Amino acid sequence: MIHLKGGKPFDVLLDGPKIRKVGTVDEKADRVVDASGLVVVPGLIDMHVHFREPGREDKETIASGAAAAVAGGFTSVAVMANSGRVCDDEVGVVFVRTRGREAGLVNVFPVGAVTKGLRGEELAELGKMAAAGAVAFSDDGMPIMNSELMRRALEYAKMFGKPVLSHCEDATLTRGAVMNEGPVAAELGLKGYPNAAEAAMAARDCYLAALTGAHLHVCHVSARETVEVVRQAKKAGVRVSAEAAPHHLMLTDECLRGYESKYKMSPPLRSAEDVRALVEGVADGTIDAIASDHAPHTAEEKEQELAACPNGVVGLETTLGVVLSVPGIPFERAIDALTAAPARILGLAGKGVLEPGADADVTLIDPRAAWTVDPSTFKSKGRCTPYDRMKLAGRAVHVFVGGKMCF
Amino acid sequence: MALDALLGRCRAWKHKHLLGTRDLSREEILLVLSLAEELPGLKDELPLRGRRLFNFFVEPSTRTKTSFSLAARRLGADVVDFSPATSSLTKGESLKDTARTIESMGVAFTAIRHGASGAPAFLSRLVGSSVINAGDGANEHPTQALLDLLTMKERLGKLSGLRVALVGDIAHSRVARSNLWALRKLGNEVTLVGPSTLVPAHLGAPVSHDLDRALREHDVVMMLRLQLERQQAGLFPSVPEYVRFFGLTRERLASLRNGTIIMHPGPMNRGLEISAEAADSDRSVILNQVANGVWIRAAVLLLLSQVGA
Repeated sequence: MIHLKGGKPFDVLLDGPKIRKVGTVDEKADRVVDASGLVVVPGLIDMHVHFREPGREDKETIASGAAAAVAGGFTSVAVMANSGRVCDDEVGVVFVRTRGREAGLVNVFPVGAVTKGLRGEELAELGKMAAAGAVAFSDDGMPIMNSELMRRALEYAKMFGKPVLSHCEDATLTRGAVMNEGPVAAELGLKGYPNAAEAAMAARDCYLAALTGAHLHVCHVSARETVEVVRQAKKAGVRVSAEAAPHHLMLTDECLRGYESKYKMSPPLRSAEDVRALVEGVADGTIDAIASDHAPHTAEEKEQELAACPNGVVGLETTLGVVLSVPGIPFERAIDALTAAPARILGLAGKGVLEPGADADVTLIDPRAAWTVDPSTFKSKGRCTPYDRMKLAGRAVHVFVGGKMCF
Repeated sequence: MALDALLGRCRAWKHKHLLGTRDLSREEILLVLSLAEELPGLKDELPLRGRRLFNFFVEPSTRTKTSFSLAARRLGADVVDFSPATSSLTKGESLKDTARTIESMGVAFTAIRHGASGAPAFLSRLVGSSVINAGDGANEHPTQALLDLLTMKERLGKLSGLRVALVGDIAHSRVARSNLWALRKLGNEVTLVGPSTLVPAHLGAPVSHDLDRALREHDVVMMLRLQLERQQAGLFPSVPEYVRFFGLTRERLASLRNGTIIMHPGPMNRGLEISAEAADSDRSVILNQVANGVWIRAAVLLLLSQVGA
């Protein structure tokens, strides 16, 4: 038994892989961890990461990704399907789970592809993947442009009780886009990705969720109009949840003025007005979860002119610090968005809560720790981050996964 | 004018690279223009002897590349040309490696033309030489704007208080952006004229869709090249429709105000954005633009050569 002693809001007693007790602990533990000055929260869950294995192990492996996760305070991650070999069948799901277990650091939950090869043409074997342990389905990285197919995907996934995580982007509006459409893109001579391309697709998906009664989850909301779409859909009783990525809560398209690839991701950094709407959306719960969209690439891929370099930045090792540094999101809401909310969306029983009988996944946070981001110390193979040399406040000090101290 | 005096005036210049007119002050723009006016008077001095210009043109170009070569040679520098078709870029070498490889052969200036906006900014962080933007995507083409300013000054006798209409595909035009930033810094009024699908509302300049009116109200009418692939992309329905609303036709030539000049950065699509009559009329200063280009580029090379000297 491990006694996490003296932290806020209470002591926690871990007994093997489960939590035995929260509150006052009188039992004699085998080991006492001094948590004074720290906040004890459920193990953080990142419901949106890209680990690239199998197929692009040069960018990230499941083991290196898991090491990055635990270094960032996470105890569970959901891995998107667009690895080098797409996770669109039972074999893919089993592979991800196996590699995750071998890495032995965090819980690695596979997300299966919605369509075969992410081609958006025909449904993948969602049932077999669900049976093998896929927690959700997503073609993330690629929008599902065919509305009929999206409708059937929602209907079919509902049968297995799994959500569809939607990358909302009308690709006909974003061909060749490099950054957010707006005054900065006009000035820099870069092709823009309008807010409408995201919001229109989110609206379509919300109507399809209403039609089918299925659980739709909107990935990486970046546009203020999308926040409003989700808000209205929730009000109308649609089963919809949403997530935001940390960079969309802190940075704007003004960052692109130097044409630096560390600010290029999809969806792109938006305007200050969008950032305000997103922070508000997270604060009032319209946006349920915060997820890193951790998207590692090799240095040579990112070290190209902006139009040529791939979308995506790493995030696992900076997410907590960024989220706690963003003004306007209360600490409790931030933690909920990183724990209970993703557990609820993905149906992860025993995770995201601190209560007797729950899994012994616990993160100890020093919310005031000031630190400077240094990508050379990252466990991730990806080093491209918009927070390079930025000062952040708040980081994980210890991480317990299944009762074992991993960090 | 004596070379020493010219070099002395270069000291006011602080930029190691020339990435865009966006980064220049009014005074710096005027400095380039006045040097360009005086350089033709330089006798036999070769202030850039022993220096090398790398013409790194990843997109095809005739006039700009030739103009940079002539400018460099006039000041005594030698020139290395890069041709994308035969280069290792086609073998998958990155922009970074190609530029650094050439640079290790001893290059003082790299003039880069590239299809991606921001490529010169990217390059300037990687190489030791002075990077000159010779046109990047839809971002900037600063030496073009500077030679345009010099041409306006020659023909109209002033460089402020002018009313300038930029006409055509503003959205994809680096020439339009470089001119817009520079003209406004010098206190001129710029109107963007073209179809609503090709003129961004976000550039902060007034927009007009009425070319006939614009022709009556401006001192300078700069016609921009229209790429035919914009029609395939659905940005305008047909060439005849474009010409009807936004082409500088023979008929429209008659409605120009007295003294208004016609400019075009080239290469022209005769019969499309500009008619042969307009291009060859006495209002056209298109060939003066080309001639001024050499001296503008020489002035830029000279200024950059003196940074940190």
